[in-house]
Amino acid sequence: MLLIRCPYCEEERPELEFRNAGEAHVARPADIAAISDEDFEAFFFIRSNPKGIIYERWRHIHGCARFFNAVRDTVSDKFVMTYKAGEPKPKKLPGVAK
Amino acid sequence: MADSFRISGAGRFSHAKTARFTFDDKPYSGIEGDTLASALLANGVHLVGRSFKYHRPRGILSAGAEEPNALVGIHRDAARKTPNVRATVQELYDGLTAVSQNRWPSLSFDVGAVNDVASPFFSAGFYYKTFMWPKAAWKSLYEPKIREAAGLGVSPDQPDPDHYSARFAHCEVLVLGGGAAGLAAALAAAESGVRVILVDEQAELGGALRFESAARIEGQDGWTWAQGIAARLKAMPNVRVLTRTTAFGYYAQNFVGLTERVTDHLSSPGMDQPRERLWQVRARRVVLATGAIERHMVFADNDRPGIMLASAARTYLNHYGVAVGRNVGVYTANDSAYAAALDLKKAGVNVAAIVDLRDNPSGDLIDQTRAAGIEIHGGRAVVSVGGKLRISSMTVQPRTGGKNQRTIPVDALLMSAGWTPSVHLFSQSRGKVAFNEQVKRFLPGTYAQDCISIGGCNGTDELSTCMDEAYAAGLKAAKDAGGKTAKAAKPKVEADEVWSRGMLGAAPGAEAGTTVKAFVDFQNDVTAKDIRQAVHEGMRSIEHVKRFTTNGMATDQGKTSNMHGLAIAADELSRAIPEVGLTTFRAPYTPVTFGSIVGHARGSLFDPTRRTAMHDWAERNGAAFEDVGQWKRAWYFPRAGEDMHAAVNRECVTVRKTAGLFDASTLGKIEVVGPDAAAFMELLYTNPWQKLDPGRCRYGLMLREDGFIYDDGVVGRLAADRFHVTTTTGGAARVMNHMEDYLQTEFPHLKVWLTSTSEQWAVIAVQGPKSRDIIAPLVEGIDISDAAMPHMSVREGKICGVPTRLFRMSFSGERGFEVNVPADYGETVWEALWAEGQKHGACAYGTEAMHILRAEKGYIIVGQDTDGTVTVNDAGIDWAIGRKKTDFVGIRGMKRPDLVAPGRKQLVGLKTKDPKVVLEEGAQIVADPNQPVPMTMIGHVTSSYWSENCGRSIALALVAGGRDRMGETLHVPMPDRTIEVEVTGTVFFDEKGEHLNG
Amino acid sequence: MKKYSVFAIAREAMRGHKGWEAQWRSPEPKKEYDVIIVGAGGHGLGTAYYLAKEHGITNIAVLEKGWLGGGNTGRNTTIIRSNYLYDESAGIYDHALKLWDGLSQDLNYNVMYSPRGVMMLAHNIHDVQVFKRHIHANRLNGVDNEWLTPEQAKAYCPPLNIAAHARYPVMGAALQRRGGTARHDAVAWGYARAASARGVDIIQNCEVTGIKRAANGAVTGVETSKGFIGAKKVGVVASGHSSVLMNMAGVRMPLESYPLQALVSEPVKPVVPCVVMSNTVHAYISQSDKGELVIGAGTDQYISYSQTGGLHILEHTLDAICEMFPIFTRMKMLRSWGGIVDVTPDRSPILAKTPVKGLYVNCGWGTGGFKATPGSADVFAHTIARDEPHKINAPFTLERFRTGRLIDEAAAAAVAH
Repeated sequence: MLLIRCPYCEEERPELEFRNAGEAHVARPADIAAISDEDFEAFFFIRSNPKGIIYERWRHIHGCARFFNAVRDTVSDKFVMTYKAGEPKPKKLPGVAK
Repeated sequence: MADSFRISGAGRFSHAKTARFTFDDKPYSGIEGDTLASALLANGVHLVGRSFKYHRPRGILSAGAEEPNALVGIHRDAARKTPNVRATVQELYDGLTAVSQNRWPSLSFDVGAVNDVASPFFSAGFYYKTFMWPKAAWKSLYEPKIREAAGLGVSPDQPDPDHYSARFAHCEVLVLGGGAAGLAAALAAAESGVRVILVDEQAELGGALRFESAARIEGQDGWTWAQGIAARLKAMPNVRVLTRTTAFGYYAQNFVGLTERVTDHLSSPGMDQPRERLWQVRARRVVLATGAIERHMVFADNDRPGIMLASAARTYLNHYGVAVGRNVGVYTANDSAYAAALDLKKAGVNVAAIVDLRDNPSGDLIDQTRAAGIEIHGGRAVVSVGGKLRISSMTVQPRTGGKNQRTIPVDALLMSAGWTPSVHLFSQSRGKVAFNEQVKRFLPGTYAQDCISIGGCNGTDELSTCMDEAYAAGLKAAKDAGGKTAKAAKPKVEADEVWSRGMLGAAPGAEAGTTVKAFVDFQNDVTAKDIRQAVHEGMRSIEHVKRFTTNGMATDQGKTSNMHGLAIAADELSRAIPEVGLTTFRAPYTPVTFGSIVGHARGSLFDPTRRTAMHDWAERNGAAFEDVGQWKRAWYFPRAGEDMHAAVNRECVTVRKTAGLFDASTLGKIEVVGPDAAAFMELLYTNPWQKLDPGRCRYGLMLREDGFIYDDGVVGRLAADRFHVTTTTGGAARVMNHMEDYLQTEFPHLKVWLTSTSEQWAVIAVQGPKSRDIIAPLVEGIDISDAAMPHMSVREGKICGVPTRLFRMSFSGERGFEVNVPADYGETVWEALWAEGQKHGACAYGTEAMHILRAEKGYIIVGQDTDGTVTVNDAGIDWAIGRKKTDFVGIRGMKRPDLVAPGRKQLVGLKTKDPKVVLEEGAQIVADPNQPVPMTMIGHVTSSYWSENCGRSIALALVAGGRDRMGETLHVPMPDRTIEVEVTGTVFFDEKGEHLNG
Repeated sequence: MKKYSVFAIAREAMRGHKGWEAQWRSPEPKKEYDVIIVGAGGHGLGTAYYLAKEHGITNIAVLEKGWLGGGNTGRNTTIIRSNYLYDESAGIYDHALKLWDGLSQDLNYNVMYSPRGVMMLAHNIHDVQVFKRHIHANRLNGVDNEWLTPEQAKAYCPPLNIAAHARYPVMGAALQRRGGTARHDAVAWGYARAASARGVDIIQNCEVTGIKRAANGAVTGVETSKGFIGAKKVGVVASGHSSVLMNMAGVRMPLESYPLQALVSEPVKPVVPCVVMSNTVHAYISQSDKGELVIGAGTDQYISYSQTGGLHILEHTLDAICEMFPIFTRMKMLRSWGGIVDVTPDRSPILAKTPVKGLYVNCGWGTGGFKATPGSADVFAHTIARDEPHKINAPFTLERFRTGRLIDEAAAAAVAH
């Protein structure tokens, strides 16, 4: 069971309090009604599924109920950091070699 | 008992009470503190089991958790039968009943032993190469026979009356293993004030000090020192000591699973005691002090009862006061076995000879042994043994071969090939082990988590070094976890024992080219020869060797066999050990009872049961219930003499004739509030909301982004900035999550607040022509006339003196109301409505009647008439899409090519040609019933009922191009007949909707 | 290839089993092959076998970064069934089931396909509706699947708890008698041996690090830990790692990889005579020939390549097992492990050509790929050999995520009302 730091509650809580919500930074197109089938496919179905650093969304569903983002290594399952929804994708990751 | 092998003056339980027990119905006695194994040995019993494949007689190999042979069934009573219990771990209690396994008719005469004679045919992987002819015989003959022969013990056959418990715990330092190293580390950490949990699988702390008679610490013998430290730790408020507890799994981020055996050692456990308790511990730092496990020697017939690990014999003597024989031999490649010989000799047991593979063993221990008058045969090997059910002699020859053989009578043979560090938990923590070429051991290499290995599991052999390492590790772990500097000083070791290295792989006489049975994995009957055969057949990875031979896959998971197997494979491949690889260590370290993991989650606690406020009323009034998710919903209310059919028919007719009361509380309810509430609703639902007047309701339809129907429900607008949204029962939680997701991440600019109110409102649907008459006397402050409160409107006021949100709406097609009241008042208001209803002849109705009534009107149920692949158009409810809207969730997905392609399945009504025939839900529809299988199916029945109101059966179905097939005859092929149906519209009753206004 | 038989065993028994040949060759890679298969699991090895046997293409390398059969083939709970709802799914899984039936004889390797029946339990009215829909569809598709009452279910599997007072009582079951299990390692080894005998090179410990393409975009070969290996056709059959490999060719996939755990109990004498599955209480169980109860758990909720998962997932699974079989609480978990399953948005596989010429992909089997092994391998071999899909795998395209023509078995079992 993972231990996850909620950036809103500012503490580490067990995974049971959270629900994973898939890849982060996949924004819904503002003009979604007008996009092509290919663009819709890329938005809704295609995922990076990285082996290594992933940017993903979690919801502290049995806590503050907020959605937030996390950076995690999918090989070690270790969290690099978590940050609030709406904040930009971090450019520098603490402790991660380029 | 006359021939007791109990040595007076030896062991630590000399004054303990007698405990009587039986083994295979024969009565014995032991003493409290014994394990079943030590008690059997005290009675001179070595033969305790039969092996998996060859049914060879087997004795007791070890004195601990690594035991592969001595597995028995423990039968407390008819419902408490536990198979595959290690006799070396099971503590003796008065009245214990043990039975041997995998033998017939008896342990000493087992017919299955014919497999041993025929063993040349049962070589590694033989079953992959045969049993293929004739083809049908695998299922009918070979496999059943193989299955009968396989398996060890017998599964329990009654529900388990015991209960199991679970706890979570947090600490700064978790110490796994309570031997000398673990004790020292725990002490250092505890003195610094942090929370410490110390865990050990044995009944008492002390680990290898149980048998290490020469160790002296702080002026005491090792064991006495350990008990003193244990007592000190137990008295500290910041320390929790868990004995009889196995750390079985090391999971991500220092999360460790422990299983505590609470009652298995008790003669009469209290009714309130759990049998086992699962601890799930999150620790800042973990100290691994899991020790090392002695390996056996791999030589011909090394599985005879009476042949055991040297450390085990020593444990039985020093801890339990039991001699494993009267005339024992020793076979070793390692110093520590000499200590066993010395201890036995001192206790008065004759040591016939020590056979040492090393040419010129030397050192203090060897000198002492020689001085004690024990014969040492250096540079020699044991190449065969005498005896069948018990070893009677060993035959010794120079390890380099030659004819110079000598047979020495023995009644027990102690062996040691050296010690394997227990890196299991380290490896589970995803740390990487590294092979140390010098000591030929895999040792902790790269750490992946905040843990540290100390002592035997770290390859540290000397006690004094262990102590330094352990104390420092305990201090550092505590400091890293936020502790202060410790007050106590490091314990001082005055006398030591050393476990120098040994050997890996097959001993002389069992090397390549020989055909002897030199067992590597005892339980699974894997010999050195089998491993070589696997390599010969192309198995080059250790994982292949393991799987092909099953080496290390028995209940002991290779604790004694893995390293030997690996060395033999590497030798055969002429490659270095690390190149062949080490198999991955996986949880659990030792087998864990299912019950321990399940804990309380059994029966009614398996999953929470949700009951509505009116549940008790329904129960008192004879309702049958159905499970809908976690909810119990009243299904129908049979009266005396009614079956389900009769009850449902009556309920359906009564609702349309007078009225009915229905508990709709399980529907999901969400309060959408805020200045942007309407804008938010526009985005989440297909319908337009901006122009909906406060006080009015609308059917809301929700899509996923991919354009398929996700949920629906009636939404009431209470004010410009407030909506009362309802969802399906099953959809309540996911719709709330879906809304929150969009609100928080895609539309965070909207000022909206969402609150789940599903549990806050009890909902009583009053449906039928008399519904208004029923509620009228109870409602205050709301004009419920048609003019003031038309269909699809909502008002706030009071009913029975409590606040209500009163909806005028209908899921039956009749005039109807849904009375929302705070859940606490649900039952009271229901009772009041029921009393009024009685005056009009109303009934209570359940979900079945509700389903029929809505189907008569063609109202869909999301999840039944739609299934996650159905579009708005498929369901025929395009009117629910706001045509002028430029955005809502699903607006793009629903226009994808396949979702707008012709020929999609569309929702239609079906009428059977024979009105009495009710179709089966899920039945498939074809155009041509005479086509051969596989048939082209053009749709399926989604809802189907007998409609008493229509006087015939009715059905809804999804049919390809269905709306263009009105009036067409289609066919529903059933196993016994084909049913003709006509495609119709979806409304079967009151097509004009006149009933909505009575 | 020397034939396996009872006579061969008898012969070898007389001479200490010294005459067995290696089951497969372990050659060094050649510079170039006609076809490279990436991934030596059951699907990959099977693809090579059928390419050689059915299409006469034998200049094939199967590249494996670890040891053959070490991925999901060697980690799954070996359930085999074909009672799927949609024609497309029933088509491919039943094709596989027909091949399972004669696979031991075809490969001359006993894969221990055991049609002991797969029984899926219904616990509520919605389950009953969904299972009946399956049964009717299966019958008209020629796929066996029958409805059992709770009493019939218990007669078929005596330890099953059908008490009416259970938290989720058994309301009936769907039984596919041809469903069952097979020995997973034997499937990989059997295909490896038979493919190797037909000339296929199986290269283990050879990790693919890049997929090379010519200026016109077509595949020219793969970079590996053993150097560049050329081929004009490359089939990626890498389960959990499919996204990683396809990215090397610049193809982004609709896949996510999750940990899936399983466990076995200590071995006991026969007690569970069939496979029992329950979607509602989330558990499935069978008993191996060795006597171990083989229990499948669910996936963890997050993407991971760690081949480990959380204890709470196993906990939930064992809760369900002991709810279905209350006699098992005293049984013991012997070993647990994890695999990496690649899941598509509609939970159906992708078995198709790709936008890159010469690159083919077989992935997205999620938690249920083992059962499809022979069928998948057969039609994938066809797709590679002919450069066009077999009619059985034609619906399992990558394009369906653009057009919306999904094959969504999970959605069809939608959570109700």
